[in-house]
Amino acid sequence: MLRREDPTLLTGADEYYDDLKIPGLAHVHFVRSTIAHATIESVDISEAEGMPGVLAIYTAEGYPGADLDLAPHLPMPLLPPHLAMPIPAKDRVRFVGDIVAVVVAETQAQAIDAGESIWFDYEPLPVVVDPVAAIAPDAPVLFEENGSNICFAVGIAQEDGDPCEGAAHITELTMTSQRLAAVPIEPNGAIAIPEGADLMYWLPSQSPISTRDALAGGLGLDPANVRVAAPTGVGGGFGPKSGAYAEMLLAGKAAQTLGRPVKWTEVRSENMVSLQHGRGMVLKGRMGFDADGTIVGFDAEVIAEAGAYPAIGAILIMFTQTMIQGVYTIPKLRYDAKAVVTNTTPTGAYRGAGRPEATQLLERLLDLAADEMNVDPADLRRKNLIPADAFPITTHGGANYDSGEYVAALDKALEAADYPAMLAEQKARRDSADPKQIGIGVSTYVEVTAPAGLHVEFGAVEVDTDGKVTARVGTSAHGQGHVTSFSMIVADMLGVPMEDVTIVQSDTDVIPRGSGTMGSRSLQTAGSAVHVASETVLDKAKQLAAHLLEASVADIVKADGGGLQVAGVPANALSWAELATAASDDAKRPDGMDPGLAHELDFDGSDATFPFGAHVSYVEVDTETGQVSLLRHVAVDDCGRILNPMIVTGQQHGGIAQGVAQALFEHVTYDEDGNPTAGNLMDYAIPSAAELISWETINTETPSPRNPLGAKGIGESGTIGSTPALHNAVIDAVSHLGVRHIEMPMTPMKIWNAIQEASS
Amino acid sequence: MIPAAFEYKRAASAEEALALLAEHGDEAKLLAGGHSLIPLMKYRLAAPSVLIDIGRLTDLSYVNDGGDHLAVGALTRHRDVEINDLVGAQAPLLAAATRHVGDPQVRHRGTLGGSLVHGDPASDLPSVMLAMGATMVVTGPNGPREIGADDFFTGFLETAVNEDELLTEIRVPKMPDAGYSFQKFNRRAQDWAIVGCAVVVNDGQAGVGLVNMDSRPVRAAAVEAAVASGASPSEAADAAAVDVDPPADLNATVEFRQHLARVLTRRGLEEATA
Repeated sequence: MLRREDPTLLTGADEYYDDLKIPGLAHVHFVRSTIAHATIESVDISEAEGMPGVLAIYTAEGYPGADLDLAPHLPMPLLPPHLAMPIPAKDRVRFVGDIVAVVVAETQAQAIDAGESIWFDYEPLPVVVDPVAAIAPDAPVLFEENGSNICFAVGIAQEDGDPCEGAAHITELTMTSQRLAAVPIEPNGAIAIPEGADLMYWLPSQSPISTRDALAGGLGLDPANVRVAAPTGVGGGFGPKSGAYAEMLLAGKAAQTLGRPVKWTEVRSENMVSLQHGRGMVLKGRMGFDADGTIVGFDAEVIAEAGAYPAIGAILIMFTQTMIQGVYTIPKLRYDAKAVVTNTTPTGAYRGAGRPEATQLLERLLDLAADEMNVDPADLRRKNLIPADAFPITTHGGANYDSGEYVAALDKALEAADYPAMLAEQKARRDSADPKQIGIGVSTYVEVTAPAGLHVEFGAVEVDTDGKVTARVGTSAHGQGHVTSFSMIVADMLGVPMEDVTIVQSDTDVIPRGSGTMGSRSLQTAGSAVHVASETVLDKAKQLAAHLLEASVADIVKADGGGLQVAGVPANALSWAELATAASDDAKRPDGMDPGLAHELDFDGSDATFPFGAHVSYVEVDTETGQVSLLRHVAVDDCGRILNPMIVTGQQHGGIAQGVAQALFEHVTYDEDGNPTAGNLMDYAIPSAAELISWETINTETPSPRNPLGAKGIGESGTIGSTPALHNAVIDAVSHLGVRHIEMPMTPMKIWNAIQEASS
Repeated sequence: MIPAAFEYKRAASAEEALALLAEHGDEAKLLAGGHSLIPLMKYRLAAPSVLIDIGRLTDLSYVNDGGDHLAVGALTRHRDVEINDLVGAQAPLLAAATRHVGDPQVRHRGTLGGSLVHGDPASDLPSVMLAMGATMVVTGPNGPREIGADDFFTGFLETAVNEDELLTEIRVPKMPDAGYSFQKFNRRAQDWAIVGCAVVVNDGQAGVGLVNMDSRPVRAAAVEAAVASGASPSEAADAAAVDVDPPADLNATVEFRQHLARVLTRRGLEEATA
C-alpha cells in the first residue's frame, strides 16, 4: 500500500510555512549574542534604526529601542522561574545565540542588514561549557539566584549502600553521549498574524495544538484568542520542533504591536544555535556480576547538559531513569542524575530523548564486561535478559513494562546476522593481521513510547451525509504517514474506501486539544482513539440499521459494497450516506438515539508502552587510518502489532541512520570560550546516503495489552538500538589491540588515537 | 544567511570581464560556478561590492588537444572534465580526482578554473596540477602569461593571479601511459579531504601533490626524489610529511594528518605502480 501523503510530498505540492502568501507581511530577524557569557554594557541602535525598510527595533528594558515587555520565557514549568530566559536578553548573555535584539523590517534582507549594524558592548564573564566542570566548586555560576549550576536532579536508592557489593567482578566505565543537533531539513520559524484582539500563528511544529496554550500564556492572552496551525508541509522535527520558542513569542508580540503579520524564517546557521540540541550526557556506570556472569547490581550516575536556559532537556534524566534498568534482571540499582546549566544552546527532546543514553551506558558496560570476563557478549546478555514470563513487571526506575520477548528478539537477530559466520571472519582477519579488521556489535534494548503521561490523546470520527468519513486527531504528522495509517484504521473498521476518509489535524480551530506527535506516541494514542471512535460509530450505525431494516442488531454486518446489510440478505442494505442521512433525521432514528453518526473521545492507554529489540552491527575498521566501513546492520525491532509494515520499516531505516550518525558522525562542539565550532553543515557531519548502507530490518510482534491496536511506538527504536550496536562493533574490531573504549562520534582520528594509545 | 548587498555585472566576453576588473579593482570578485565564493558571501565572510559573473563565457569551456598537452578552458565545469574522453585517455588522474570533488550538484556547477584560483589547500584539483606539472594561462590587460603549478599557489587562498587578471586556460601534460592514483581521505563523500594525495608515475619519475597538508597546495618533493632514487612506495612515503605544516582542526590533529599523508602516499604509489 502506498502512502496517501507521498504524491504531494514528491511533487512539491505541499505548502510549508515559508511558502504561504500572507498580505502585508513584515520580517523579523533576531540579533544574537556572539559571545558565550558576558554582561551587556550598552547597545547602540542609532545606525540601524534609520536603515531602509526598518519598522522597529526591540531590545530589553533599559536599552535604546522599544521594549516588547514580555515575561522571561520558561519552557519547562517544572523548573524554578529564576532560570527563565529574558527575551530579549537583559543585562547578561549566557550563550552564543542568546537573542539580544529584534529587528522587524519590510524584507528579511533589510532586517538582517540592520541587525548587522546594531552594536553591542559586552564585558566578558568566565565561561563554562563542560557539564562536569560546571558542578565544580569554583565553576562560574550562570544564575546566582540558583546557588549552583545544578538545575534539576533525580535518583533511585541514592542513600543505599553500594549495589555492586559482593560482586565477583565489577566493570566500570565513564562515557559521554555527545550533544547532537536535530537538523530537520526545514529549520524552525513562525508566521504571526494579528486579527484585532486575536492572534494566529502558522508554525512548522510537531505540536501546534498544545503549543497554542504555551504561546497564549507567554503573551498573556486567553487561549481562546490564539489560533495555531501547522501547514500541510512540515519538514521534519525529531523532537525539538515542539513547544513554544522565545522567537515565536517575540514574533507574535511584535506582530500585535505593529499590527502587521510578521514572519520569522530561521536560517540554518541560526537553527544550529537556536533549535534545542539533544543528548549531552556524561554517563558513569559500575556493574557487578557474580562468578557465572549474572548481574548482581548496577550503579549509574548521570550529568546532563541543560544548556544556558534549561528546557525539556533538563528533565530528560527522568526518562533515563525510567529506562536505566533496560532489558536486564538487576537485583540492586542505584541511580543519581543531575542536569546542569552551561554556556551553551539549551537542550531538548531529540529522537530517543533520555532513553538512548541509558541503553548506550548499559550496552557498553555489558560488552566491556564480556570482554573482561572473556565470555561471548551475546551469551552474557541472554543470561541476564528479563524472561518472557515476567511481564508485566515494574522496574527499579518505575517503568511498568507491558510485554516483552527479549530473548526471542536477540536470538532472531543473531540468526539473521549469521553470528557464527561473523565470528569466523573476524578470527580469520585477526589471524592474518590484515590492516582491515572485523568488528561485531550486539545491543539489546527496551524503550518507552508515549511516556510521561503522553498516553492520552484526542480522536474523533464522523460519517458525513455523503457517506464520506472525517477523522480528527490531536497529533500532528510531519512525515510519519498518519493520514495513511489513521485512514487504514477507519477504512478497515467501517468498510469504506481509504480515499473516502479525510484526516484532520494540526489546527486549533478544528482540534479542541491534543499533545502532538512526539515520543513515538501517535499510533498507540491517536490511532487507538480513531479505532475506538470508529468502532463506536459502527456500533451505533448497526443499531440504526437494525431499526431501519427491521432486523436484529446481531444480524447486521458490513455490506460488501459498502454500508451495512442484514447478514445473508445483500438486498437489505443501507449505504453509509443513507445511514448518516437517517441518523440526522429525527423521524428515522429509534427512540433515545442521539442524532448523527459521530463519536469523539480522549483515548487513555493507562500507561506508556515498551517496544524492544536487538541489533547486530558488522563493520570493518581500517586500523591504519581509523576509517570505519559499515558492512551489515541487522535490526529486530518489536513495536507490538504492526498496522502498516512499510511505514514501520521506514521508521526503522531512518531511525537506524540517525543512530549510526551519533555513533560515527555527529557532534555539536564548542571551544573553551563557548564558541560553536560545528555550527554549519560542513562541520556538523550529518551522514548522507553515500556513507550508509541498506539496513536489514526485521520485526517480531509482541502486542501491547494497553491499547486495542496492540501497538507500541516505532519512531525511536532504530535510533536507540543501533547506536550501541555500532559503538560496540567498532570497539570490538580493535579490542584485540588493547582498546577498551572509544568515545562517540568514533571519528577516524579517535579510533586511530585509541589504537596508538593502546599499543604504546 | 543572506549575502550583503552587491552590484551584479555579467560579462559577455573575457575582454569585458577584464575591463570590469580594471574598473572596479579590489571591490570586485569574479563569479564562476559560485561554489567557493557564494558560501563565503552567505556567511558574510566575503562581501564584495561588485560581482562580475563570468559563468556564461562558454568560449572558456572546452577541452582541446594541444599537442603535448590538453588545453582546458578555465570555465569548464567539473562534470565536463570528469566525462571528457580526451581527459580520460590523456590525463586519467585529472578525471579520477574530479570524480571526488564535492557531490554531483557541485560538479555540475563548479569549474576547474574557479577551484584553482580559489587556492584552497583542502581542494582536490590543485594537487593534480602539482603532480602533473600543469601550466596555468592567465590573461590581463597586457595579454596572456603562463604560470607553472609550482609558482601558482602562493599562500592560503592566494594565487599568482593578479587582481586585474583572469585565469583562462589550464594546460595539462598528456600522460596516457602513466600510472596514477588519487587518494582522498574524508569522513563523508561530499566533504573536503582531511588529507589527500594525487600521484602520477611516469618512467620511474613520480609526481605527488598533497591535499590539506599545508596552508597552500603543496608538492611532496621529498617523496618524488625518493622514488627517483629507487625507493619502494613504503620507503618513499615516509617522506610524505616532511617540510609541510599541516593544519589542525576538528577532524585531525597535525600528527594524524602527517600519519595519513604517509599512509595515503604509500597506497597511492602502490596503486600507481601496480
